[in-house]
Amino acid sequence: MYVAVKGGEQAITRSLQLLAEARRGDLTVPELSLDQIREQLRLGVARVMQEGSLYDEELAALAMRQAAGDMLEAIFLLRAYRTTLPRFGYTQPLDTNAMRVRRRVSGTFKDVPGGQVLGPTYDYTQRLLEFESTAPTSPLQAEAPLPDTMPRVLDLLDAEALIERIDAGVDPEPIDLTREPLMFPADRATRLQNLARGDEGFLLGMAYSTQRGYAESHPFAGEIRMGEVDVVICPEELGFAIEIGSITLTECQMINQFHGGNGLPPQFTRGYGLCMGEGERKAMSMALVDRTLRCDELGEPAYAPAQNQEFVLSHSDSVEASGFVQHLKLPHYVDFQAELSLLRTLSKQHAQHLNAEETAAQETSS
Amino acid sequence: MDTPTHLARAQWMSLLAQAEPAELATAMEAFAPPVDATTWLRPPQTGLYMLRGRVGGTGPQFNLGEVSVTRCSVQIGERIGHAWVRGSNSRHAELAACADALMQDAEQGPRLQVQVVEPLRQSLNRRREAASRKAAASKVEFFTVVRGE
Repeated sequence: MYVAVKGGEQAITRSLQLLAEARRGDLTVPELSLDQIREQLRLGVARVMQEGSLYDEELAALAMRQAAGDMLEAIFLLRAYRTTLPRFGYTQPLDTNAMRVRRRVSGTFKDVPGGQVLGPTYDYTQRLLEFESTAPTSPLQAEAPLPDTMPRVLDLLDAEALIERIDAGVDPEPIDLTREPLMFPADRATRLQNLARGDEGFLLGMAYSTQRGYAESHPFAGEIRMGEVDVVICPEELGFAIEIGSITLTECQMINQFHGGNGLPPQFTRGYGLCMGEGERKAMSMALVDRTLRCDELGEPAYAPAQNQEFVLSHSDSVEASGFVQHLKLPHYVDFQAELSLLRTLSKQHAQHLNAEETAAQETSS
Repeated sequence: MDTPTHLARAQWMSLLAQAEPAELATAMEAFAPPVDATTWLRPPQTGLYMLRGRVGGTGPQFNLGEVSVTRCSVQIGERIGHAWVRGSNSRHAELAACADALMQDAEQGPRLQVQVVEPLRQSLNRRREAASRKAAASKVEFFTVVRGE
């Protein structure tokens, strides 16, 4: 129970001033420009866009600066801002097969058609702090560009019928969690929307738990690709589809062992991860958790936290989680007074009870 | 024939939307529409489209998250131009809508095609090729013995 508490307005005003001052820091140091954040902290920008669930680099950079680098606060700011914008519609499904790949690796096949392209990755860095600022050497360009489209690695297995097929089927209209509440059991499309904007740390922990034995997942990274995909819309005013720009996406196709069950033959199954911007850790975590959450569909014994969709989906959102944990800071004065008074009564009763027992014991012994 | 096919219009609208805003602005300097013949039917407005993905890349659709989009509609003479551009750059949307209207004009269209749209296409292709060639430079060359088939 919360009560309206009057007073403290001036303290709040001063607190906001202190916040603004702390955020800006030393005035002799130039303020960060949004361009600098967007260009030099691009992975942070990507995370704010993913979990803020809004692809807009400028707004994400602004949110990061305003939140003084607190990513969860920046995500909250972006989520709040999106509610002020009108919804124009839904895009056509993003065609990740036509991605203009800048990175594409497979942990399952060395010689994938189209090749393995490392792209910009921290994987091969030594993780040594570089104290000198390093100006990049002029970027090397290969003589020939990559093929226009790269075949999906998983299609190689599909040709042998060793991996489950995923077809659009009747292509139902998916539930939109920004419009409808999360209901259980949630279908896979709904789960993926939840995971796509879920907290990276939470998903990483959940994914890690599946690898350590809390659900048998036996995963392989079939393919991870990152690059640009065109956004296509079909406005009513036109009646035909147009590209309105491209966005960076990271996609992870996880391959998992499956011994058969629920009427399905033994085959490889798939876990899927897709996220805005460069976000390999997020996409991989999402794919692992997606696969684990399919336990009911595949008839697998469910005992681990990562297999429990109510547990995973209800706790994946950092805006909700952060709000509920931090609301404890709000005045609970009346609540607490009630608890205090109850405890005083109980304590008194306990003391009286002890006294009564002591008196009874003395009477018996005498 | 002065009515463009949908395909041609979709192509130029896509190129205008994918253009670098500064490059589009420079290219459009020579085509500033006369103010008295220009009516902004829908001034630039930024809103959201929900991005859709597919489960496993090929399966049923799911909602990935939103993307900011700025739309704008303009009437120049008798032609109505529309624009939808990703992001919140109002000027980009205005210029793209004007270019779309002028592209439908029998007289102006061909000039715009040569001086605006075609250079934008080349520029887009150059940017994409440069990015692709940079990525290709990091392609792994495995040194393994190839088994005879």
